[in-house]
Amino acid sequence: MRVRVEQTALPGIGVRHDLLTESGRRLGVVSHRNGRRDLVLYDPDDPDSCQHDIPLTDDEAEALADILGASLMLGQLSGLRDQAAGLLTEQIAIPAGSKYVGRRLGDTKARTRTSASIVAVLRHGEVIASPDPTFRFAAGDVVVVVGTRAGLDGVTAILADSDPDG
Amino acid sequence: MHESYTLLIEVGALLFLLGLLGRLSRRVGLSPIPLYLLAGLAVGHGGLLEMHASEEFFAVGAEIGVILLLVMLGLEYSANELVGNLRAAAPAGLIDGVLNALPGAAFALLLGWDWTAAVVLAGITWVSSSGVIAKVLGDLGRVGNRETPVILSVLVIEDLAMALYLPLVTALLAGVGLFGGLKALVIAVGTVLLVLVVAIRYGHLISTAMSAKDPEALLLGVLGMTLLVAGVASKLQVSAAVGAFLVGIALSGPVAHHATELLTPLRDLFAAVFFVFFGLVTDPRDIPPVLLPALALAVVTMGTKVLTGYLAARRAGIAEPGRWRAGLALVPRGEFSIVIAGLAVSSGRVEPALAALAAAYVLITVVTGPMLARLPDFGWFKQWLRRRAAAARRMEPLPTPD
Repeated sequence: MRVRVEQTALPGIGVRHDLLTESGRRLGVVSHRNGRRDLVLYDPDDPDSCQHDIPLTDDEAEALADILGASLMLGQLSGLRDQAAGLLTEQIAIPAGSKYVGRRLGDTKARTRTSASIVAVLRHGEVIASPDPTFRFAAGDVVVVVGTRAGLDGVTAILADSDPDG
Repeated sequence: MHESYTLLIEVGALLFLLGLLGRLSRRVGLSPIPLYLLAGLAVGHGGLLEMHASEEFFAVGAEIGVILLLVMLGLEYSANELVGNLRAAAPAGLIDGVLNALPGAAFALLLGWDWTAAVVLAGITWVSSSGVIAKVLGDLGRVGNRETPVILSVLVIEDLAMALYLPLVTALLAGVGLFGGLKALVIAVGTVLLVLVVAIRYGHLISTAMSAKDPEALLLGVLGMTLLVAGVASKLQVSAAVGAFLVGIALSGPVAHHATELLTPLRDLFAAVFFVFFGLVTDPRDIPPVLLPALALAVVTMGTKVLTGYLAARRAGIAEPGRWRAGLALVPRGEFSIVIAGLAVSSGRVEPALAALAAAYVLITVVTGPMLARLPDFGWFKQWLRRRAAAARRMEPLPTPD
């Protein structure tokens, strides 16, 4: 981590973590001893004072962490694309008629057949990172695939394969 | 059974009144402490109507109230926090003690009171109210502010200092003289250190002895242990309040967390009884003559508190507006000042006027304190700071060209 996170004990209350962004804003999280947490944004004119104090429930904090984690991972993937020539990342939606809806990731044998990897699945705005072969697809899932052009097209074709029974 | 129903009617009516007052204070955004004091003054000796049957109940309730106030204070901190905070915050705590205790002591001597009264008044003007300040910080959304740890460490140091101050004052009030006071102080320091060491090393053992799972057993266990230790401490002249504080420190983890939840309503009840009792034993007819001195003392010591916070925040590298916020937040005095005054008055060794002075003093600081804390949020205050900063820049000599 290249960012310096400052940790400060608040005796009787809990602990505060804060960091200064590149754009010059300071933000932090106050974790109360009783499990409550607040997201705090500091005043740019008065960096000691928090301008906003936003209490987050457990679910809200988790959702926010997921969103930040997801955007971070996608960013890293596109960075990877620039670094390794020929290696591509693509998001492929599973079509509603796909025969893999409700079936396991392992059943696609995608990696063996195309040498491209499914590195994550996006479902309802959440990221499921590195799903294992027992992971079950649902309609509307978007898979994040890394591989060569031919490999990505192969995975697209496999997932688009319609269910002969359906 | 005449006595019994009078007691119920008096206690019931007074508690009901406190309930209404508490609601009112929250409506206007003030601490309920001043209203409870006023209620006590109104129904006590020389007040609007005097209560007799319930006095004993309120006396015992008030004692339990002090003990609960202190044990809850102890529960808020872990021993590690107290010790870890000590080194970093000691200079701020020292400034705080010197700037705020000395004016109180000097004032008592100016009024022609004796040394014991001076020590008592020093304590009253020294200690800020952790309860009121914590609430103000929460209300104003300043818990995340970068000057808040400075404010909290000053409060922690004050609370620790009380663990040494209260036994000393208890001994002085018991009339044991300077030597006896020193002996009490040595015993107190020893006890505090012992408890801190035990709490840091074996706190988890004490905590596991009380299961956090069964609320009833936990409530009775913690309350029983606190009262027991407080009683023993008071027998050793270490002050019951300090004993309770140390029990709170020794408990940690989930036990402390659950005990806090269980004891909070009890604390609210008995602390209210305590404030009322202090009002009850204070004759309101004593207040008018000490009102002006109390006002003068309040103005001086509010100024010194602002200076304390300002200097402590400056040491911590906080910018100008934050220094003012820290200073103004520390102004209210409250429960501790009343605890000290209560000790003094019940010992009967200081002038009765001291109780009246303390009541008026706490009323003034606890009402104006939370209002003063809001000052730095106003536009005109920020503008004044900006003008000051601009003027300071102009005053600096321009760099001379080579």
